[in-house]
Amino acid sequence: MSHPTGVDQTKPHAAHEVHHEELGFWRKYVFSTDHKVIGIQYSVTGLLFLLFGFTLMMIMRWNLAYPGVPLPLIGGLFGDARMPGGTMLPEFYNELGAMHGTIMVFLGVVPLAVGGFGNFVLPLQIGAPDMAFPKINMASYWCLVLGGLTMLGSFFVPGGAAQSGWTSYAPLSVIAGTGQTWWLVGMIFLITSSLLGALNFLTTTIQLRAKGLTFMRFPFFVWSQFVTSFLLLLAFPPLEAAGVMQLMDRVAGTSFFMPSGLVVSGQVLTNAGGGNAVLWQHLFWFLAHPEVYVLILPAFGIVAEIIANNTRKPLWGYRAMVYSLVFLGFMSFIVWAHHMFMTGMGTAMAAFFQTTTMIISIPSVVILTSLLLSLWGGSIRFNTPMLFATAFLPMFGIGGLTGLPLGLNISDIPLHDTYYVIAHFHYVVAPGTIFGLMAGIYYWYPKATGRRMNETLGKIHFAGTLVCMNVVFMPMFIVGLAGVSRRLFDAGSGYDFAQGTMHWNVVSSWGAWIMALFQIPFIFNFFYSIWNGEKVGANPWDATTIEWAAPSPPPHGNFATPPQAYRGPYEYSVPGAAKDFTPQHEAS
Amino acid sequence: MDIPYTYHERRDTGLTNGKIGIWLFLASEVMLFGALFASYILIRTGAPSWPRGDTVLDVYLATFNTIVLITSSVTMVMAWASLMRRKFGTFRIYMGATILLGAVFLVVKYFEYSHHFAIGEGPSHSNFLAVYYTLTGLHMLHVFGGMVVNAYFWGPGSKLYQTNPVWFTNRVEHSGLFWHFVDLVWIFLFPTLYLL
Repeated sequence: MSHPTGVDQTKPHAAHEVHHEELGFWRKYVFSTDHKVIGIQYSVTGLLFLLFGFTLMMIMRWNLAYPGVPLPLIGGLFGDARMPGGTMLPEFYNELGAMHGTIMVFLGVVPLAVGGFGNFVLPLQIGAPDMAFPKINMASYWCLVLGGLTMLGSFFVPGGAAQSGWTSYAPLSVIAGTGQTWWLVGMIFLITSSLLGALNFLTTTIQLRAKGLTFMRFPFFVWSQFVTSFLLLLAFPPLEAAGVMQLMDRVAGTSFFMPSGLVVSGQVLTNAGGGNAVLWQHLFWFLAHPEVYVLILPAFGIVAEIIANNTRKPLWGYRAMVYSLVFLGFMSFIVWAHHMFMTGMGTAMAAFFQTTTMIISIPSVVILTSLLLSLWGGSIRFNTPMLFATAFLPMFGIGGLTGLPLGLNISDIPLHDTYYVIAHFHYVVAPGTIFGLMAGIYYWYPKATGRRMNETLGKIHFAGTLVCMNVVFMPMFIVGLAGVSRRLFDAGSGYDFAQGTMHWNVVSSWGAWIMALFQIPFIFNFFYSIWNGEKVGANPWDATTIEWAAPSPPPHGNFATPPQAYRGPYEYSVPGAAKDFTPQHEAS
Repeated sequence: MDIPYTYHERRDTGLTNGKIGIWLFLASEVMLFGALFASYILIRTGAPSWPRGDTVLDVYLATFNTIVLITSSVTMVMAWASLMRRKFGTFRIYMGATILLGAVFLVVKYFEYSHHFAIGEGPSHSNFLAVYYTLTGLHMLHVFGGMVVNAYFWGPGSKLYQTNPVWFTNRVEHSGLFWHFVDLVWIFLFPTLYLL
């Protein structure tokens, strides 16, 4: 290992020297402060956790499709405490469910969408040499790792991991086993990671953008990360506060979320009481509704880049999209209680929150419509990133529109906590956000590696995933409308009203398992193309934004000379121009 | 490779990276303590009875601590002002005083805590004490964190002054902003917990 102290930041004149000292393996690939390495670390970590969370769900889907039937082949691996004889216990199902949600949201999608794409692409797109605070950036990634390890470790504590859902509603979560304490500690690490990341992104965007790159010349992706970072910065601390209070309830015996006289297993609890269980829900959803936008906005950004690039046209209504995005970010702070219509908040509060919820759907529709109209009249190149990006539009559209009945008090009450909610939410996040993220991986892979991913394998991955996603989630609308609760570990096999929907669970489950098979081409392609993909130059997609001015892969410090922006981000097919794209960084 | 605008301002924003970073961080801190204060209001308004702070807690000790923290904010500003006038020796004295005053605050808090624990008033005793321990505990963590950063600038971190006094002065200013915020939180905590 070579000299580990790296860049000597105390020398004011060092700015004029080009540092080329060789960093050792650990400093270069593990404890790196380079935003590109950190971005790739985040992405790979996020993808691994997505796969892990998906695996948890595939195990759950067995018991939903075939309740009470022993899981073949691997059923014996989970031990008698979880699956005696290979048959799933309800406690284990709850464990899987809680951890599936937590891992997918906080360790899968957010690290990939914000940590991964934000870190790798954002500084390049604004022409910056790195993030504003490289060491904080590294700390942010390692906080994520600590949080992830804590979550994984919680599977091995007595009683297993958290079982109270990803929402950890009190008072059940307060009286749950040790796994919940681990969950809370893990969440505090993850929240710290997000906070450090968010303030870094914001500072970088404001301070390190290239000369001439005004805010209205930002690529839409930069805007989406900018608004997302504000949401993370301001919405996560209340959950941290709630996490601290729940930790106090569990460890120090306080009663923030514990009402008086609670009876558990026939025993009256001896805590002081007087707490408020609904307070947890308020604090949780104050984070978790903006969190939904944290999940979707980066995908909007990625899809916008890819659509503009592959239709060879400017985005339709760029300004309207930006204003909608900012408005969406603001509104997302005042809609949270639409998750809580069942708490008996009263009609006045419900009316307020359903009104704000209907209002927030307007900017989402503006963005989606603008993206759709951007396709109009373009000569579209259907490469793999574009296929994922175009599929995003109807898939997110289904997710968004089916959310409207959930945002209205009257229709939410019968639908609350049924499979309908699962279907709605997953249409937004799985074929929505994850399609956006997949598009982004195929699109920026050449920038990270200098090679393109294989198109044939990419198209197999796309087609299989698109079909399977719908096979998984479309039946859940039917199951949900029949009134089956999402919390039932056997999909309601003991209830008469659920009998007519049992076969749909089999369809969903097989959809999920087959979808797993269609990820194999992607995983293979991801690694194979690092060494064997088609070699490409700095700008393989003939794109206009600044990240394509840097070499592929960009060296430490990104650009040989600091780039400058001369025009807006999407100058495609400018009449009279020599080629059909005019990069932002080229002086005319 | 160096990051631009670490110690000189970007012309169109008029700010250094660190200045924006610390203000954004304080914004998130406002949300953290804001959520805790909001929870306090919700629990208190929902409670059938709630003790007045001065019947449980020692107002005199807390008043003393308030004076200590406000004084430490003054010495913090003086430390920064000394650096602006390039008087490193004076900076050392004022920064040292800031750290010591922080320590005094923590010692007084230790006596308050141990008194309550001695008479069996732990956090599980009542919701008032639960709020008290959580809010003041989190605040104490912030005081401690501020002291660690200040101690770094008093000791090993001050080497930067020899090579780049402007950058070092900025760093002390940012640490000062955090210290004032911690002070401000206490100014809200004191009446909320001890007097109301």
